[in-house]
Amino acid sequence: MRVRLRWTKQGRIRFCGHRDSARIWERAVRRAELPVSYSQGFTPRPRISFGLALATGQESDAEYLDVDLRLSPEETAGLVPDLPARLTAALPDGMAVTAARPLVSGAASLQEAVTSCTWEFALAGADRGLAADWVERVRAAESLPLQRERKGRSITSDVRPAVGGLRLTDASSESVLVAELGTKPRAVRPAEFLRLTAPPLPAGRVRRLHQWIMRDGERYEPLAPQAGVLEPAGGAPVAAGCRAAPAAQPEVCAR
Amino acid sequence: MGRAGSLHVVDSLWPSLEPLLDQVQRPARYIGGEEGARPAERGPGKVAWLLCYPDSYEVGLPNQGLQILYEILNERPDAVAERAYAPWMDLEALMRRDGLPLFSVDTHRAAGDFDVLAFNLSSELVYTNVLNLIDLAGVAVRAADRTGDDLLVGAGGHCAFNPEPLADFVDFFVLGDGEEVVGEITEAVAGHRAGGRREVLGALAGVDGVYVPAAYAVTHHGPSTRVTPRWPEAPETVEKRTIASLGDWPYPKRQLVPLTEVVHDRLNVEVFRGCTRGCRFCQAGMITRPVRERPAAQVRTMIADGLQRTGYDEVALTSLSTADFSGIEELVADTVGPADGAGGAGCPAVTVSLPSLRVDAFTVGLAAQLQRARRTGLTFAPEAGSWRLRQVINKLISSDDLEAAVEGAYSQGWRRVKLYFLVGLPTETDEDVLGIAALARRCVELGRRHVRGASVTVSVGGFVPKPQTPFQWFGQNTVAELRRKLALLADDLRRDRNVKLKWHDPEATLVEGLASRGDRRLGTVIEEVWRAGGTFQEWSEHFDYDLWLDAMGRHGLSVEDYAYRHRDAGETLPWDHLSAGLHKDFLWQDWQDALAESGLEDCRWTPCYDCGACTGYGIEHIVASAVPPAGGSQGTGQGVLQPGPVPVRLRAAAPLAGVS
Repeated sequence: MRVRLRWTKQGRIRFCGHRDSARIWERAVRRAELPVSYSQGFTPRPRISFGLALATGQESDAEYLDVDLRLSPEETAGLVPDLPARLTAALPDGMAVTAARPLVSGAASLQEAVTSCTWEFALAGADRGLAADWVERVRAAESLPLQRERKGRSITSDVRPAVGGLRLTDASSESVLVAELGTKPRAVRPAEFLRLTAPPLPAGRVRRLHQWIMRDGERYEPLAPQAGVLEPAGGAPVAAGCRAAPAAQPEVCAR
Repeated sequence: MGRAGSLHVVDSLWPSLEPLLDQVQRPARYIGGEEGARPAERGPGKVAWLLCYPDSYEVGLPNQGLQILYEILNERPDAVAERAYAPWMDLEALMRRDGLPLFSVDTHRAAGDFDVLAFNLSSELVYTNVLNLIDLAGVAVRAADRTGDDLLVGAGGHCAFNPEPLADFVDFFVLGDGEEVVGEITEAVAGHRAGGRREVLGALAGVDGVYVPAAYAVTHHGPSTRVTPRWPEAPETVEKRTIASLGDWPYPKRQLVPLTEVVHDRLNVEVFRGCTRGCRFCQAGMITRPVRERPAAQVRTMIADGLQRTGYDEVALTSLSTADFSGIEELVADTVGPADGAGGAGCPAVTVSLPSLRVDAFTVGLAAQLQRARRTGLTFAPEAGSWRLRQVINKLISSDDLEAAVEGAYSQGWRRVKLYFLVGLPTETDEDVLGIAALARRCVELGRRHVRGASVTVSVGGFVPKPQTPFQWFGQNTVAELRRKLALLADDLRRDRNVKLKWHDPEATLVEGLASRGDRRLGTVIEEVWRAGGTFQEWSEHFDYDLWLDAMGRHGLSVEDYAYRHRDAGETLPWDHLSAGLHKDFLWQDWQDALAESGLEDCRWTPCYDCGACTGYGIEHIVASAVPPAGGSQGTGQGVLQPGPVPVRLRAAAPLAGVS
């Protein structure tokens, strides 16, 4: 049975790339002695499906993955409450599992389902006024053309509809910008976002705060029942360590 | 996150380093935090070691020697040990720009916060990196210019058996197994540092197995180089250290699991140390005698615990010739797991890799066990293309052995095997070189009986004569000669699409040869190459032949003298004051036997030749099986179907194997 996990990647471990994280996960499921399904063929690998890749150097409060267990629904339901603690103990410092839920069969994969991510940008050394101007220009823009390479050709598309939820705040030493960036049809990458209007904002630490699934005008996190996860019997809250998805924040979502 | 312990926050370079990591390739190699990495806390009076592998993290992290000493030192109440690796060029440039020194990956302390900076020397081509790292550590590169509390720079590993090219830069070298001696060095440093640098070095010179170059004078007499004591503490000959039993040292107990991909990224369990096959070109086999097998029960425990703790699904059983381990077939079978997979239905088997395999000990049975899990590459090392030349180098494997092993692999589903050869061996003729091609073709032919598209990769290295071996007197082939032989081979194989030929750069082979048998005068050459930017010389894209030739020329040192010249019996060699236990007259006799095309049996299963390695140190082989453990002719050169006693000497030259 398939299980969806939410996990974090914080601190120094942010310097491990996507491939490194995948290898860490393969070892972690073996260390935790999870009864994982393996692929067939010459090089059997644990069946783990990762969501949207996080670039090397970025942190995240909300990574997700789906893992197939060789267990019945009943066995899975019994195991799931223990998974966050059991897997976190098998993961390196900075990586922790914060929630786990079984998935109904046929639930959309993370790659298909996730439509946007909320990002936090530490604007290292950016002048507060310039940053505010930059945010105003993006908010006011009718269109935001983004030029990207695709199969050796340069393609320009308008990503204005994929940019929203801009919010600029002052932390103790630097300005922090929060933005929600769409992933369909192609994700707007954090580095691309900061260059959307000239002059670009200086890149600092980047952290993924949330991933969202937008369907029928409603937005929810990939561990919400609407995403295909099974509610525990009795409607108990999401498993240990899970922070409930924040309620819709009109200010953040306003475009 | 990782800044646990207020003590570390104060001294850590991390806040300065972190912003640089966003600008470099593969930053994960600098963050530390590997599973198993837990350096001891600092404390008053403790001796702090920074163990450094002088190459990139990816190459250095898996080094088992460094990991073993890291654990042993951290278990001691009087020591702490952390690790460092050579920062890649992009980070080094930023570090030098910002004035950041070499740092430990464990706590990101500066190298200057340690007492001892100790290098593992696995290859001569890392010597310029050693100088670069000493410089990056913030102390004078030349040992004579370091004073007072400056770092003590040490080095060990195989290259320490001729350390003279680095003698001007390193305060002390360690010969042989490090497990016991690192404790004695720690005690010598702790006990004498109040007395100043000279006193510490004097105390170190008195530790068995430790060579302090400053305590010796070097004189040159014609071709001879004599290194003689000038301090009272220094012995005339420094003898290597040897642990009597590997079973007493079940390390590493907590092998490090890196957070980013490295070479040999798997569990490694050393099943025995030392080798007495007696291959005359092989320095490792000569300097690590005798054979000390790890008890089979301990091997099994280390595998089981290690796999569980690390989460790896692959284990390498390491040694110089793992198929010789007593009971290897059962060990591999049990490690791979029951027929339906180790963890029950659907769970894949544990992959076992045997990094160094002798064909005469590799059986179909072993192949059958290995193939039950994922098939890793199989590499066999016939080393030479003819039986005549294999007798010269004492790699006594018959063409029958080779064919049986290769066919065994193909019959168990392998589609490709890799064969490793050397060119430039003593007495080598063009016929011997072409024998490599014939052997490769024969292997493809055997493979076709079992699998479609059977292929062979032939990897050819240029032979570098090494100190403390019977070939230490041999004049290395010139770059031009190696090129000619490689061209001959390539031309002969040009139509064989199923044979892939790879070779090492003959220019790099020459530079390795210069340093391999160099003397102290070569130190200035190494220093100049380093100052001209010649680091990471073992990486072909950074190797710079001209830097080496130019520096040799400027100092009036000739390539001919250092590499191409045959030495004779009376010559005092630059490493004659250092001993791996082998009597010089034993080595000379073995060299003469080589020239007479005469082989020498493995003494593990036959009488002693008194090479000196056991008798000199009062130790002996520890081998569970009194007879060769696996099939094949076991280095006797006899047919595989002829068990029983074998002649000690093999005088008659058999027909050339695989050459019609």
